[in-house]
Amino acid sequence: MAERSFAREVETLRAGEGETFRGEGILAVAKALLQSGVAYVGGYQGAPISHLMDVFSDAQGLLGELGVHFEQSASEAAAAAMLAASVNYPLRGAVTWKSTVGTNVASDALANVASGGVTGGALIIVGEDYGEGSSIMQERSHAFAMKSQIWLLDPRPNLQCVVDMVEHGFALSEASHTPVMLELRIRTCHLHGHFQAKDNRPSPFTLREAMENPRRDVERIVLPPMNFGHEHEKIDKRWPAAVDYIRRHGLNEVLAPVSERHADLGIIVQGGMYNTLMRALELLDLADGFGRADVPIYVMNVTYPLIDDEVTRFCADKRAVLVVEEGQPEFIEQALHAILRRADLQTKVVGKGALPRAGEYTGQVMKDGIESFLVAFAGRNRSAPTSPPPLSMADVPQRPPGFCTGCPERPVFTAMKLVQQELGPFHVSCDIGCHLFSILPPFNIGSTTMGYGLGWSGAAAFSDPNATKRTISVMGDGGFWHNGLASGVGGAVFNKSDSLLVIIDNGYSAATGGQDILSSRPGNVSRSTDHSIETAVRGVGVDWVRTIRTYDIGLMRKTLKEALTTPVKGPKVIVAQAECMLNRQRREKPLFNAAVKAGKRAVRQRFGVDEDVCTGDHSCIRLSGCPSLTVKPNPDPLRADPVAHVNNDCVGCGVCGEVAHAAVLCPSFFRADILFNPTGWDRFWTGLQLGLIGALQGWAERRRLARAA
Amino acid sequence: MSAPAHPRPIRVSIHALGGQGGGVLADWIVDLAEHAGYVAQATSVPGVAQRTGATVYYVELAAPAADGREPVLALMPIPGDVDLVIAAELMEAGRAIARGLVTPDRTTLVVSSHRVMAISEKSDMGDGTMDARRVLDAAQACAARLVMGDLDALAQRNGSVISATLFGAVAGSGVLPFPREAFEAAIERGGVGVAASRKAFAAAFDQAQGRAAPEPAAPKAKPAPAPHTAAALRQRLIETLPEAAWALAGLGIERCTDYQGQAYAGLYLERLAEIAGIDAQFGGAAFGWRLTCETARHLALWMTFEDVIRVADLKTRPARFARVRQDVRAGDGQIVHMSEFMHPRFDEACDTLPDAVGRRLKDSGVARRLFAGAFAEGRRVTTSRLGGFLLLFGLARLRRLRPASHRYRVETARIEAWLASATNAARADYDLGVEVIRLQRLVKGYGETHERGLRSYGAILQVLGGLVEHGGAAAAARTLAEAALKDETGRLLAREIERLGAPAMVQVPAL
Repeated sequence: MAERSFAREVETLRAGEGETFRGEGILAVAKALLQSGVAYVGGYQGAPISHLMDVFSDAQGLLGELGVHFEQSASEAAAAAMLAASVNYPLRGAVTWKSTVGTNVASDALANVASGGVTGGALIIVGEDYGEGSSIMQERSHAFAMKSQIWLLDPRPNLQCVVDMVEHGFALSEASHTPVMLELRIRTCHLHGHFQAKDNRPSPFTLREAMENPRRDVERIVLPPMNFGHEHEKIDKRWPAAVDYIRRHGLNEVLAPVSERHADLGIIVQGGMYNTLMRALELLDLADGFGRADVPIYVMNVTYPLIDDEVTRFCADKRAVLVVEEGQPEFIEQALHAILRRADLQTKVVGKGALPRAGEYTGQVMKDGIESFLVAFAGRNRSAPTSPPPLSMADVPQRPPGFCTGCPERPVFTAMKLVQQELGPFHVSCDIGCHLFSILPPFNIGSTTMGYGLGWSGAAAFSDPNATKRTISVMGDGGFWHNGLASGVGGAVFNKSDSLLVIIDNGYSAATGGQDILSSRPGNVSRSTDHSIETAVRGVGVDWVRTIRTYDIGLMRKTLKEALTTPVKGPKVIVAQAECMLNRQRREKPLFNAAVKAGKRAVRQRFGVDEDVCTGDHSCIRLSGCPSLTVKPNPDPLRADPVAHVNNDCVGCGVCGEVAHAAVLCPSFFRADILFNPTGWDRFWTGLQLGLIGALQGWAERRRLARAA
Repeated sequence: MSAPAHPRPIRVSIHALGGQGGGVLADWIVDLAEHAGYVAQATSVPGVAQRTGATVYYVELAAPAADGREPVLALMPIPGDVDLVIAAELMEAGRAIARGLVTPDRTTLVVSSHRVMAISEKSDMGDGTMDARRVLDAAQACAARLVMGDLDALAQRNGSVISATLFGAVAGSGVLPFPREAFEAAIERGGVGVAASRKAFAAAFDQAQGRAAPEPAAPKAKPAPAPHTAAALRQRLIETLPEAAWALAGLGIERCTDYQGQAYAGLYLERLAEIAGIDAQFGGAAFGWRLTCETARHLALWMTFEDVIRVADLKTRPARFARVRQDVRAGDGQIVHMSEFMHPRFDEACDTLPDAVGRRLKDSGVARRLFAGAFAEGRRVTTSRLGGFLLLFGLARLRRLRPASHRYRVETARIEAWLASATNAARADYDLGVEVIRLQRLVKGYGETHERGLRSYGAILQVLGGLVEHGGAAAAARTLAEAALKDETGRLLAREIERLGAPAMVQVPAL
């Protein structure tokens, strides 16, 4: 079950004609898909579109009513391949993933579907993970659209506009027989806003009809000689059809200036950057708060293809235009130069230069860029620099993301750190997932990460038979099923690798929001789960496999050591198993509270540090990094260094104690077992013991005080 | 542009840590505004920052325009343009200030003054915590209005979480144009933990309006030192030490008495008085008696080294039992069991034995191998049960035998050598003497941690020996101690030592 439940929000997807829909951007997209009569939806979770997957997961009932098939695809490639359903049949389908990483994975299928073309509308919703909050390489999805000739929509971050673009996207796709990509930036995905809803509608043509009346058209298959034909078809037929649709429906917007002040200048902006642009103009006193500006603006809700005559018409009477295009390379700016050159227009095109070549276009960056443009072309005076804030980033600590309180992945890296202390450092190849936090303090473990499920493949070159050390690779269960089983494990077996893979099996695709996967615990009614990773690994031919509970640091350390030093050659796999603590707490906490409320005997465990035994070295923290294990001022006036302290968020996972034992740290840690609804025997027996203990303590205390007197 | 007058949308930026409920707070604000007929837009960039990182939620609230036009709202805060900054932690307020989002012309800053330590702050081997004062000063300086209090503690006292108290403080600050009832209605509509949230909300509301009962005073670090000091010792303290050192020495005496007894405290005072005498010789008054004061502190800490007996004693005291109950928030009469995680090594066992036996056993490879199995695994001792209690209680009673133990002899020799080094150093350079005394802070912890500290300490002392002739040895001592505390592998210290032209002698294995 995913981290966030949308059970409540899903009901809003039922809103009909005339109702105002309020909610998150990604929910609005879900609603727009249903309004468009989509027949199937697939995708692979990842910020910022995880919620789209989660919403559909939670909306099985509604989807059933509308006859929509929803699939949690095995990977983005699998999701993209689903679009094959729209090739021969008038079926509308949508797939979604995190971009550009997901688009990388999906490229094979995307290029195929784009080459053959589609009959039913095919929409690819990419969550553009760029700028603040991003966790991936900073690239543009734009390049993928260009290389495969997939049309790229970049709607204004306004839910009405986003919803309209989803609907137009399907129609455009059908009009031009081309898949269409809808690019949603992080903030737009999480944008709370509103739009006017329409009725949901089932697909007029159903999946069942397609399955029972199969069609084929060899012209749509990418094989010679059809593939050569596809290229010509793209240029000669599909492109003009797309341009025609975009122009006819006015998908791009021209905003006329409200004054003559800067009517001889213009701004060309990606739809997604529109709101930031308008705010920057407002702060420069060039716009009101309602989208009326002194400068003419051309808003490209479609950023590929460019509509040549719209652009030339906009630029024709302008001395200069500013192109607001986030990310690089600046494809749009380059295309504009070509278009204007061909039309022999002398309008100056300013883009990168006035605005930075790389990096996110925040409000401040935008404001500065527009000002530079106006200083150069409208004789505006540069505004006085504001005084710097009284603090700099050096005055506050960095907060890298880390393992959650009680996370079962933490002890794996504690054990690894301890093994490295003993055997020296190892080359560690990492993967994508929560476990990648190992590269950050306090663990500082891991040299590279090459992509989802590619942890073991990332170490493939290190196969010198004479080396005295093996490599360690890490992979999560998410990455394992995404492609790690085939590429990593299969590759290691086939190539007779003599190295170690640690698979973190926490039961979920945890980093993306805790979605279920094949090896998740049983209980998911709409999916088949509980498939063992160990069985899969053995199935492809690994003989040395150990499954270990992650919290057992001692055993984990011993097993890691064995795997790294055993004379047995060949690929070795340790499946480090324990349920994601976020999910576990979400499941167990309400049960525990209910049990306590019902008067049942229950024990809550948590850890603590004796502040007078702790000497403030913080080794425990360097081997753990648990958010609930922190420091507080030393209560001892003679000592200056803060003491370790376990705060009340502790979930009692036991890692502190295990670390203290395994690393022979210090005797400061204790575990408290807090008993709710004790039985009569509990009361009697504990009371008796505490009575005796109290008497002894009283005696010792009197002697201690006497000693001081 | 000569824009027609229209109410400026309210810009709200929420700065929280992943898991603090910044999203809940943003949802409440949106719901509150929408129910008041406002156009509300909110967004965020959570991503992996949800996992303990710093997150920002941005909300804009626009009053309905008279002509029904839709406002264009921004998706991220711009420096100098934010009306309300809400920070769920002090350093996150600092981050907002550093980003230029808090400006004196318009920004109300609602901030919880509590700290959630970042990993860099808490993993430091000494004190890595950032300077809160700087942030507090900056907040005072650049917020148009500052509403601050420990909203985390306030939430906990009311059985809720910080989003509720922040919401209450925002309501109480009056910066948003909605009545209190509207805020409370938003909590009701949220439907999760409503009663507790409302209680915490109300407390924070009152506090923000300056109507609240003052926060309970922070528990005093420790009651004043003197009460348990025997009169005779106190008299000696006054007679033999400069007044500047009385307070610290009083604490030292108390600590040594508690640790071993009055005679031991006498030994402490004797050693300290000797240093005070030397301090006087070197004109200590002019130096503020720093040598004596620092010795008072560090000698007390060294003399009360943490051996098995001490740990067993601290773990079995009644005050400790009470503290644990308070720590884990046990209810009245609720049963709480405590299990101690102890992993004594062969060496600790030898340390506790009589010197002659302990020393021989420690040096004996045969004995070490023979007992290896017994010390291989850590032990869990339940002190709230009779068996576990008696084990530790019994160990604690070995206190009287401590002076005969191997560890006691070893530490006594170390202490005397240390004081002699400090005296020698002070003779050449007063500050260097002080720094040698302060090196005690490197020697802390247990087991391997303690050994690593000793190795760093020894290496620094050795290097300083060669530097006494040259000036700047005191500064070098400080640099080296910092290097030792910055890198547990010892590599930084080795590099610093090399830089000073001394051979790298420390080979500290990684921890």
